[in-house]
Amino acid sequence: MRTGKSRLSSLLFISAVVTLLVSVTTFNQLPADHDLHVGNFMVSLLGKYLTYAILAVAVDLVWGYLGILSLGHAAFFALGGYAMGMYLMRQIGDRGVYGNPDLPDFMVFLNWTELPWYWSGFDSFAFTALAILLIPGLLAFVFGWFAFRSRVNGVYLSIITQALTYALMLAFFRNEMGFGGNNGLTDFKDILGFDLRSDQVRLGLFIASGVALIIVYLLCDSLLRSRLGKVAIAIRDAEDRTRFLGYRVERVKLTLFTLSAMIAGLAGALYVPQVGIINPGEFSPLNSIEVVVWVAIGGRGTLYGAVIGAMGVNYAKTWFTGAYPEAWLFALGLLFVLVTLALPKGIAGLHLFKSRNKPTGKMEPKT
Amino acid sequence: MTLRTAIVSIAALYLLISHQHVQAEVKTGINELDPLFEAFYEGRGDRRTEALDALAALRPPATPIDTQPDARELLQGILDGDLMFHKPSSTIVWAIKDGREFIMTSLDRTTNLGRDSSRKVKRLKLNNSIRAYLRQLIAALGLYSDNPTERLVAIEALIDKPESIEQKTLDELLLNEQDDAVMIALQSLSTRKQLGSADPLERLAAVTVLRTDLSSESRAAIVRIESRDDDENVRKAAQAIRLYHEKQVNLFGWAETLFFGLSLGSVLVLAAIGLAISFGVMGVINMAHGELIMLGAYCSWAMQQLMPQSIAAALLLSIPVAFLLTGLVGIIIERSVIRFLYGRPLETLLATFGISLILQQMVRTFVSPQNVPVANPEFMSGVLQINGVFSLTLNRLYILAFCLIVFAALVALLKYSRFGLEVRAVSQNRSMARAMGVRSARIDSLTFGLGAGIAGIAGVALSQLTNVGPNLGQAYIVDSFMVVVFGGVGNLWGTLISGMTLGIANKLMEPWAGAILAKILVLVFLIMFIQKRPRGLFPQRGRAVEG
Repeated sequence: MRTGKSRLSSLLFISAVVTLLVSVTTFNQLPADHDLHVGNFMVSLLGKYLTYAILAVAVDLVWGYLGILSLGHAAFFALGGYAMGMYLMRQIGDRGVYGNPDLPDFMVFLNWTELPWYWSGFDSFAFTALAILLIPGLLAFVFGWFAFRSRVNGVYLSIITQALTYALMLAFFRNEMGFGGNNGLTDFKDILGFDLRSDQVRLGLFIASGVALIIVYLLCDSLLRSRLGKVAIAIRDAEDRTRFLGYRVERVKLTLFTLSAMIAGLAGALYVPQVGIINPGEFSPLNSIEVVVWVAIGGRGTLYGAVIGAMGVNYAKTWFTGAYPEAWLFALGLLFVLVTLALPKGIAGLHLFKSRNKPTGKMEPKT
Repeated sequence: MTLRTAIVSIAALYLLISHQHVQAEVKTGINELDPLFEAFYEGRGDRRTEALDALAALRPPATPIDTQPDARELLQGILDGDLMFHKPSSTIVWAIKDGREFIMTSLDRTTNLGRDSSRKVKRLKLNNSIRAYLRQLIAALGLYSDNPTERLVAIEALIDKPESIEQKTLDELLLNEQDDAVMIALQSLSTRKQLGSADPLERLAAVTVLRTDLSSESRAAIVRIESRDDDENVRKAAQAIRLYHEKQVNLFGWAETLFFGLSLGSVLVLAAIGLAISFGVMGVINMAHGELIMLGAYCSWAMQQLMPQSIAAALLLSIPVAFLLTGLVGIIIERSVIRFLYGRPLETLLATFGISLILQQMVRTFVSPQNVPVANPEFMSGVLQINGVFSLTLNRLYILAFCLIVFAALVALLKYSRFGLEVRAVSQNRSMARAMGVRSARIDSLTFGLGAGIAGIAGVALSQLTNVGPNLGQAYIVDSFMVVVFGGVGNLWGTLISGMTLGIANKLMEPWAGAILAKILVLVFLIMFIQKRPRGLFPQRGRAVEG
C-alpha cells in the first residue's frame, strides 16, 4: 500500500520534471519573438535551480530522514564545484590571458612555475567525474566516521559542520592553496570539447541537471523504501531505541551522510559550468543555512518538498533581488522565522499535499 | 643666560672682525644677529656653518616677552626657505608668498614690512650638506625645549652619535632635568657616551649599566663592543651581557605572545560569554548572537555621534546603553519567537538565524551598508612600555581587564543574587523550580535578555578593536559557539578557560603558520576535539545533564 502510493508520488514527480525539461527545450527552440519563447538566460537560470534542487534533496536525505541537521552541505557542493572547475580550467589550455599552455592564469600571476600535484589528473573528464563524487564523499566519510562514532549529534553536530565549512572557506581564500584564492576559478571555455557559451551546450547542461535530479530522486526514493531507509527513519525518531534494538546506528548514518555529500558534490559540479565561476564564497556558512531553509520551507522528510522549496525560494530570490534588492534579506529572514513558527512541515505539510503515505512522526528533540 | 649671551657676543664679534671687508650689508632688525646672517648670506663653507652654530647657540628665549627670536624657529625658517633676503632694504625677513608678491614680516615678527614683488626677494642659498647640518642643529636644540616630548625626540636623535654632544652640556642637562622619562633617556645617552670613552674602566661601567636596558640600540651597542673593543675584560663583560640579553629578549618574546593570546582570548570570551548564558544555561541556540554583538558596537557608534565632544564619556556611557538596548532586543526575540520553540533546538537555530538576517539588513538599510567610524578615546590609545622589547598596548590591556570584570560580575550575579539562583534552578529542573514558585517563563525572558545584553557590551568592547559594520557579528558567531562548546556547555568558567586557551593557541601558531592557517588549524583541532569529547573540557555532571 505504502509502496504503491510512494511509487505514485515518484511518478508524479518524474513526470513534472520531464514536462519542465521538454517544455523548456521546446519553447527555447521557438523564434525569439514568439510569446512562449523561453530565453537562454531563463534556461541557464532554471538549470541553476535544478542543481540547487539536487543539493536540497541531499540535505533532505540526511535532515528529513536521518535527523542530522548539516550546516555544512554547501562545502560538499563547493568541493564538487571546484573539482569541475579544475577540469574546466585545464580545458582552457593556452587560451588564457597569459597564454600559458601548462598553467592556469592565476598561477602564472602568482609566478608559479609548475602545476601542483593535486591538479594532475583533472585533464581527464573521467578522473574529474570520479573526483566530483569521491572528494566530497571522502570528506564526509572521514568527518562522519569520527563524529558518529563518538555520538556527536543534534546541535553539536550542526555547529561542527558549520565550523567545517567555515574552515574550508578560510582555506580556499588562501592563494597558497592553489585554487585561485579570492577570485576562485573562472573564465571557462569548453566542456568535453563543446563551447560553454553556446546555447546548445547551455540547454544540454540544463537537461543534464534535470536528468541528474530524476536519477538522484529515484536513487534516494528507492533507498528510503529499502530496509536502510526504514532504519534511518527509526534513528531519526528514536536514536537510542534503535541502537538498543541492535542496529548499527553509526553505519547507517555514515552511509547516508556520505551518499548525501556525494549527491551535493554532483550538484556543485553541474552548477559550476552553468554559472561560469566557482569561488570560496560558496563555502560560506550562510549558503549552507540557506539550503536548510529551502528544505524547511518545502517540507523536510519529503523529497519532492525539498525540490519545491529549492526552486520556489530561489525563484523568489531572483525576483526580489531584481525588484527590491534591499528587501531580500528581510524576506528570507522572515521566511525562516515564519516557517519554523507557523509551518513546521513546510509547503508539503499543507493540506493540499497531505496523504497517509508521508513519513510521519515528529522530530524528537535532540539535545 | 649670561653664558648664552657671552657665546653669542663672542661669535658675533669674531664674525664681525673677519668680515669687515665685505661690502654688502645684511640687516635683520636685531643687532646681534646681523653679522651672523651676513656671514651666512655672504660666506662660504665653514663660515656658514660657524654662523649657524652661533645662531643655534642663541637657544629659545627664556620668556615669551623676550624680543629675541627663537633660534630653533630661525633655523627652521632657513631650512624651509621661509626666511628670505629682501634686496632693496638688504634685510632678512619672514616672507610668505602671495601670488606674485611676498608678504614680509620682520625677524622678530613684530613689524609688518609690507609686500614686494618676488623678483626683489631672494632665497638664502642652501645645499644638501647645509640642510643636513641645519636639521642636526634643530634636533639638538630640542634638548632645551620646554616640552618633554620634544626633548625626548632630540635625545633620541642623538643616541646614535653620542660624541656630537659635549660632556659638559650633558652633565648640565642631567642636573636640571625634571621629567622621569627624559631623565631615563638622558642617562642612556650618557651611558652611550661613556661607551666611547678612552678609559676601559669607564667602558666597563657603561657596559654593566646597559645590562638592564633591552632596547635595540643598547643591544646593538653591546654586540658592537663585544666584537670590537680593545680591552679583553670589556669584551668578556659584553659577551655575558649579550647572552643575558638574548635570553631576556626570548623570554619577553614569549610574554608578548602570551599577551597577544590573552588579548585575543579576551575578545573571544567577551563574544562567547553571552552565548554561554543563552546556549549554556538555557540551551537555546541563538544564531543571532553575533548580530546582538553588532548592535552593541553600533550603540557605541551612536553614542559617539550624539556626544562628539566627549568621546571617552560616550564610550563609557555606551556600555550601559548597549546592555539595556540589546538586552531589550533579546527579550523581544525571546517573547516573540524563541518561547514557542523550546525543546526544538534545530528549529530555534533556524528561526534565530532568520532574525540575524533581519537585524543585519536593518542596519544596512537604516544606518549604512558601509562600516561606520568609531573613534578611540585618548585613554584607550597609547602603549605601556615595560622595557625595550616588551610593551602592552593600552586598548588591549583595558579590554582584557574589561573582559575579566564582566566575567566576574556575571559569575557573581549567577551565584549570589536571587535572580541567579532562580536561573540556575530553572536550568537544572524546570518543573521543580515552578513548583517552588519560580516564574519560569519570566526567568527565561530575563536570562535570554541577560545573555543578549552581555553580547551588546561585548560589541562596545569590539568597536574599539575592529571595524564596525553590518557583518561584524558574522565573524564571531562560529568562534563563539566553538568557545562555548570547547569549554563545556553550561559552564562559565569553562568558557573563560577555553576562550583564553584558544586565543593563546592561535597566537602561538601564528608565527609559523600565518594568521589564517592558524585559525583553520584551531578550527580543525576543535572539530576533532568535540568528536572526542562532545561535552567539552569541563562537562556538566549529574542529573541535570540529561534534562
